[in-house]
Amino acid sequence: MQTYQAGKYDVAVIGAGHAGIEAALASARLGCKTAIFTINMDAVGNCPCNPSIGGTAKGHLVREIDALGGEMGKTADESFLQMRMLNRGKGPAVHSLRGQIDRLKYASIMKHKLELQNNLELRQAEITDINRTDNADYPWELTTQMGAVFSFKKVIIATGTYLGGRIFVGEVSYEGGPDGTFAATRFGQSLRDLGLSIRRFKTGTPARVLRSSIDFSELDVQCGDEPPEPFSFETDELGDNKVVCHISWTNENTKKIILDNIHRSPLYGGMIEGIGPRYCPSLEDKIMRFADKERHQLFIEPCGENTEEMYLQGMSSSLPEEVQLKFYHTIKGLENAVVMRPAYAIEYDCVDPLSLDATLQFKDFCGLYGAGQFNGSSGYEEAAAQGLVAGINAALSVKGEEPLILERSGSYIGTLIDDLITKGANEPYRMMTSRSEYRLVLRQDNADKRLTPIGRKIGLVTDERWARFLKKQEEIKNELYRVQHTVLSPTDELNDILVSCETSKVTTGVSLADLLRRPQISYKDLTPVDKDRPDLHRSVFEQVEIEVKYAGYIKKQLDRVEQMHRMQERELPSDIDYKDITGLRLEAQEKLNKIKPRNIAQASRISGVSPADVSVLIIWLTRNGRKGGEQ
Amino acid sequence: MSENTIAAISTAQGQGGIGIIRISGNDAIEVADKIFVSVSGKPLSSMEGYRASYGKAVEEGEMLDEVVAILYRSPRSFTGEDVVEICCHGGLYITRRVLRAVLNNGAVLAEPGEFTKRAFLNGKMDLSEAQAVMDIISAQSRQAARAAVSTRTGALRKRIEDIKSDLVSLAGHLCAWADFPEEDIPEVTDSAIAETLNRAKGKIEKLLNEYEAGQAILHGVDTVIAGRPNVGKSTLMNLLSGFDKSIVTEIPGTTRDVVEETVIVGDVTLRLCDTAGIRDTDNPVEKIGVDRTKERLSSCSLVLAVFDSSQELTDEDIKLIDSLEDIPSIAIINKTDLERKLDINIISKKINHIVYISAISGDGKQELVDAIAEVSGTKDFDPCAGILSGERQRSAAQSALDCVTDAKNTLDAGYSFDAVTVCVEDAIDALLQLTGENVSDAVVDDVFHSFCVGK
Repeated sequence: MQTYQAGKYDVAVIGAGHAGIEAALASARLGCKTAIFTINMDAVGNCPCNPSIGGTAKGHLVREIDALGGEMGKTADESFLQMRMLNRGKGPAVHSLRGQIDRLKYASIMKHKLELQNNLELRQAEITDINRTDNADYPWELTTQMGAVFSFKKVIIATGTYLGGRIFVGEVSYEGGPDGTFAATRFGQSLRDLGLSIRRFKTGTPARVLRSSIDFSELDVQCGDEPPEPFSFETDELGDNKVVCHISWTNENTKKIILDNIHRSPLYGGMIEGIGPRYCPSLEDKIMRFADKERHQLFIEPCGENTEEMYLQGMSSSLPEEVQLKFYHTIKGLENAVVMRPAYAIEYDCVDPLSLDATLQFKDFCGLYGAGQFNGSSGYEEAAAQGLVAGINAALSVKGEEPLILERSGSYIGTLIDDLITKGANEPYRMMTSRSEYRLVLRQDNADKRLTPIGRKIGLVTDERWARFLKKQEEIKNELYRVQHTVLSPTDELNDILVSCETSKVTTGVSLADLLRRPQISYKDLTPVDKDRPDLHRSVFEQVEIEVKYAGYIKKQLDRVEQMHRMQERELPSDIDYKDITGLRLEAQEKLNKIKPRNIAQASRISGVSPADVSVLIIWLTRNGRKGGEQ
Repeated sequence: MSENTIAAISTAQGQGGIGIIRISGNDAIEVADKIFVSVSGKPLSSMEGYRASYGKAVEEGEMLDEVVAILYRSPRSFTGEDVVEICCHGGLYITRRVLRAVLNNGAVLAEPGEFTKRAFLNGKMDLSEAQAVMDIISAQSRQAARAAVSTRTGALRKRIEDIKSDLVSLAGHLCAWADFPEEDIPEVTDSAIAETLNRAKGKIEKLLNEYEAGQAILHGVDTVIAGRPNVGKSTLMNLLSGFDKSIVTEIPGTTRDVVEETVIVGDVTLRLCDTAGIRDTDNPVEKIGVDRTKERLSSCSLVLAVFDSSQELTDEDIKLIDSLEDIPSIAIINKTDLERKLDINIISKKINHIVYISAISGDGKQELVDAIAEVSGTKDFDPCAGILSGERQRSAAQSALDCVTDAKNTLDAGYSFDAVTVCVEDAIDALLQLTGENVSDAVVDDVFHSFCVGK
């Protein structure tokens, strides 16, 4: 094929989904000349699965992305339809924000932001080839299907489900990307030729049905919070929720139809080799795995304000279209549902994330990064988080600056990346609060406190935002001081409040902090007796209340963080050949050589490395007198 | 890691029937062959593992002893490396002479605990098992040895696993419930959590109680023999230890200092100290003795309070009785061979266990042995149940208990479940530290610090 030289850039981003967008924006904002390639200009920022952003642990990720200077939270706020804080009754560590969004609006806002961004070029092109060159300044070349050859310093692969994408609906199967797009069919081979170990994962999405064909009259309604909480620390208020969702249930008939036709599922029929996410199973998966369960819940969610498409959350399937129609019609409210798009499964190429380092760069390919589903994760938010980190690191590397490595004890993003590169992914990796051992410290409400200083240092936090952040932290500090030093007298008014909150009366003066420490008492309860309370944003009060109430538990977790840091200080040189350390078991030697952990703490998290192996490493380190920073 | 081949005498140093020199490492067989000549003429290097060979230990043509060499081939040995054990005649001279020959031929002297350390590092045992090996070595009585053996084979691990899996499934349920709020996962109720926590609490408390009993067996009970002068403390001590140790005279205040002796009473090892009586005195030397006695009383684990049956209780006796109210103690009414003048009711109000003996004749000794077993908690002690050994394990179990108690208090106070989960996870962490499944370098250092040479 005739090719032509199309130009030189600092950073390339392949794919303009949630990972690619954050990567490209971060790179361009940090001053790197960046090109982002999409296979279809109308699929930029597409949400091919649920029309929502956030959810348990994912809401944490969105807030963290926002705190570092990413875009997902703001765009979700701008396109929001309904907000709900999940797990309100279960404690602040697991509060998670989820927003229903207008998916077309979300995508078009994101696309527009890319178009307006300085240093960034958005192009529609299928990348077919990647090559390493001898040019030390521009070591990477990408070729498009039109024959354009671009040169880059860094390349970030964020191909999502497009790479080698294959759609399955029952016996029907064809090459394709999500939502009726083309798959990237040639790039996978080029990556294999380069030496990457590529494997197959699968995921799926449920059907979209026509709103007017659903009978909502007997379904439970799920409303948003009042007032709706925004994702972004820069959004003050959102205005009112715009939609409601509905809840229905599968039943014995649904189950029977699925079981009768299970042999026609490509997954159970053996046509799909890819591994699907356990945490986001298809309906047939749920029915096969939990045979005792009589019914499964589903949520009916609007896809946007200017469309009648409704998303059936919890009903993803790869059964034939006719079977799908049959079982939808067994469900209350969906008896006459008209399916606009059927559910499908999609299988795609991805890499083993164990071949990446903590900056998301390939250990064996300097300047090549991976992000999102390509790295073995699942979910928009997980993708965006990795995209942001890969984009930042590619740019920092171009500028010759220190890389950004987020700690597991400091963020869910750090936990996500550490899990991927240390434990690997045997199925699409989904974030959950239980993945973090520091949940009470890594809350969604304090993501700004944890990460905005880091975002500022990198250069992604504007002066305006920084000033706003400092003001909020100052207010929190002052309010904390005030509640600790304001003493209330044991008046009847106070005791009436205490009794009505089902907690014991006081007989002597008591500080506001002491009262807030009681699980039964909230700020709101004390309003009548807290006469000098300043007028502050509710997020400030929220922070103060949690900090006071959970102080003892937060301290426990900080002790664990401290413990982990001590193990983390014992750094392992990257040039060790673990085969030379006798006393390590063979499996441990192999795993350690593959993963090359940065320190003892990371080594101890590798599966296949036993505590005895860790002791060997500690003793080896002690003997060799290498203790990281103290060398 | 194990580049050296190490050797040490692994039997007790002193007179004994046989002595064993253990050699471990890559060159163990080669080193042994240099000093061992078998009767059959076959070198060890030509033999399979788990074989014994009879012959003699020789260095530079000099025959040192008749020996049996036992060969273990890697990984089927205590340390996981090639191991040769040379069994020679006991006695300091012979064993040291054979060891020197081994060291002269390429082995280096093992550091304290190095054999066990290598076994641990080669994945032959986990930390709790390694600790148990140490206890086997220092076990002072038969039952102690049995208790240590059952930990070695994993009885303790099973008990901890049982507690841990209960807590892990609680934490798992709490997490799933929080992570999948819309997946219709059964709600976790306060009462279900409380039930699990109480069950775990009971099991950990039992472990800790048994630890105390286990300590009495493994390491002995700090025991003070108290009483005013001349009630027969020294005679009692001699009765328990079986030979004269204290100076026994008719003059009050003969025992001026704290005398220590380790004796095995039934299954329990007592670290006895005979003390000067508690009496007002102007004699400066005697006064030092009295002060030490008081200090000992406040720090010991068991007091044997001796009273003279043939005399009425004095102020000094009453003072002693009053001071023992919260201390595990046994009142020993001595001199039952003489006419009784003492009012037993005053004693029995404060001290539960009373034993009548005649230290001179030995009458009542068995009753005393039973009472000691009862008070030290070793009476119903099952040595095979798997007990905690060592301070490291005890403190890990204690911190697991503290965390479970915290979790329960958090729940009762009405905190949200995420705070409860924090405590439950800390408890799991402490249990993992206990079994060595979670390792911190401090733990490793601590365990190996206290090993003795040879094991």
